[in-house]
Amino acid sequence: MSQPVGFLGRAAAIVGSEEGAAVDRGARQFTLSRSLALAELPIADDLRKRARAIRLRSLANLDRLLSRFTDEATAAGCRVHFAGDADEANRIVAGLLAGSTLVAKSKSMVSEEIGLNSHLESLGIDVVETDLGEYITQLAGDTPSHIIAPVLHMTRQQVGRLFADKLGVEYTDDPIRLNRHTRETLRGVFLAADAGISGVNMAIADTGSLVLVTNEGNGRLVTSAPKVHIALLGMERIVGSWDEAGVILETLARSATGQRLSVYTTVITGPRRPQDPDGPDEVHVVIIDNGRSDVLAGETAEILACIRCGACLNVCPVFRTVGGHGYGTVYSGPVGAVLTPGLMGPDPWWDLPYASTLCGACEEVCPVGIRIPTMLLHLREQAASEGRLPGWLNRGMRLYTRAAVEPARWARLRRTARRLSAPFSVRGWIRRLPGPARGWTASRDLPRPAKTSFAEWWREHRGA
Amino acid sequence: MAGPQVQLVVTCLVDAMTPQVGRATVSALERSGCRVSFPEGQTCCGQPAMNTGHTEQAREMAAHMLDVLDATTGPVVVPSGSCAEMMIHHYPRLFEGTEREDQARRVAARVRELTQFLVDDVGTHIRASSDGARIVYHYSCHGLRGLGLDRTADRLLYGVERLPLDGDRECCGFGGLFSIEMPPVSAAIMDAKLDRIEASEAEMLVGGDVSCLLHLQGGLRRRGSPVAVKHIAELLGDGE
Repeated sequence: MSQPVGFLGRAAAIVGSEEGAAVDRGARQFTLSRSLALAELPIADDLRKRARAIRLRSLANLDRLLSRFTDEATAAGCRVHFAGDADEANRIVAGLLAGSTLVAKSKSMVSEEIGLNSHLESLGIDVVETDLGEYITQLAGDTPSHIIAPVLHMTRQQVGRLFADKLGVEYTDDPIRLNRHTRETLRGVFLAADAGISGVNMAIADTGSLVLVTNEGNGRLVTSAPKVHIALLGMERIVGSWDEAGVILETLARSATGQRLSVYTTVITGPRRPQDPDGPDEVHVVIIDNGRSDVLAGETAEILACIRCGACLNVCPVFRTVGGHGYGTVYSGPVGAVLTPGLMGPDPWWDLPYASTLCGACEEVCPVGIRIPTMLLHLREQAASEGRLPGWLNRGMRLYTRAAVEPARWARLRRTARRLSAPFSVRGWIRRLPGPARGWTASRDLPRPAKTSFAEWWREHRGA
Repeated sequence: MAGPQVQLVVTCLVDAMTPQVGRATVSALERSGCRVSFPEGQTCCGQPAMNTGHTEQAREMAAHMLDVLDATTGPVVVPSGSCAEMMIHHYPRLFEGTEREDQARRVAARVRELTQFLVDDVGTHIRASSDGARIVYHYSCHGLRGLGLDRTADRLLYGVERLPLDGDRECCGFGGLFSIEMPPVSAAIMDAKLDRIEASEAEMLVGGDVSCLLHLQGGLRRRGSPVAVKHIAELLGDGE
């Protein structure tokens, strides 16, 4: 909007670039796969209703579920920690890693949210991302551009050049060979790491279990090869029972990648037991609030029902155009436009809710039916009432509203607009307008307001 | 027997920018056997203010429209999926828990988008005609997702030579004031849409919302494209 950086500034740099094109291709592929995967279900809408009910029930009973989870996970041998904010979470993890030098990490958005990697690296701990996309991101010194596909914005040629540059291997854009390089590097990391850090797709209160949904097998290695496993759990990512978890799993992979199930669905209930051949000696679960309690108490609480499938990103016309980097933060797309200002506050994230055409495609595909457009409207109302919008917009809207509630003034406003448009018009069309309206004419012509309005025509020809 | 008496809300954009669409709407309704009234004093449904976050001003405009319409009876017909959806779904929400809630619900229950009204309520016998032009149709988002208008538009277009339009259920990038606040993003989404429209080899783009159509028409014109742009009402009635 009026401020120089912010969404618009970031987006303008991406629009029309190779990055934008790569995002669009990837997002469309995901959308197609999702449609096909859901089409094979007899009643996809029924699954959506059940998943929504489960997630809303979890949020309504969050205190009870977290307490049950803590009891059960502790009984299974885990140690459960609570972190109120990002700093506390980072301190807890760093404390658990005292003396460690190498950590293998599987994908975790909440770790991005709290800035864990840079914190650990500042303490001299090497953190290696082992999810292929995250590994590439880390190698490139970049940030993820999609919640499930971190390098959606890159082409495989770019990845090939990056590998040649950073790993000193021969250039190739063949995904199989690129994967082999990654595997060769990462095998050693899994075996040498002092600890593994993972995210959690879903915790199950009844049994104190952690569920991880992955495709590459790295999640299983991170959580079983090193002696210590630290799982980062966003406070809301929990359901009560295995029956409920089953419903969520049925929709998660279909909505995310179009798979019926992801390649690996890993369930972790406590550390290695004496009879187990392998597994970590310690499992720590760090439950992270970091603004979630505030969101839960507010008007956008429903956004916490999100299961992080990314379907709303893939269908969003704005996301398809600018990708995750336009949003400037870890959670992008429609869900991010609601979640980010909620978790991190309106400064400087108040403009993300305006990064939407309100087309409603997000709500349409959401596997748990989150009413994202309604929440975007609520956040916009908040931004407007806090005086964050540009002056021209506030003044214009006041003028417009005063006219719209007083028909005589309305007719005058229309005639004035017609008169003012005269010097800009050629044969009924306007090519360039000054002021904020130049945003329109930068890429489109505008017809001049009609000589005779419909209301005037009606009075003349049809009026009583 | 005389058909139903309807109250026409033309929308602010049709009134000021494309009055021919309003006249065509009257013609389509009359050809379908309806008698048309035009409630004096109607202005804007208030959606622009709601979408920028000026909710209180949206309520002021909505309250004005409610008063204008509540003084009339019979179906309220709107040649716009977006404005109709605003009145049907958002009026009751905006006034929830206020003394206008009943009024908002009462009026909302009478509001119909044009194609919905013609197909579902009137069962019109008229069909669209493009005078031989091959068309593509853009389903505008609010009408499509909020009111299910793909079905009614498809029905009315039966018989017109219609070409497939890749991505015809995707947003055109207009988004109301989004088009002015986020020009490069809006334009990029529009350009992708225009590429597809041009690739379809259609001679005419048709839609149900003047707002999206002005945006697309402005973009096509800027490109020097010969594709004509019409509101579906103009294929159903005579706007001259």
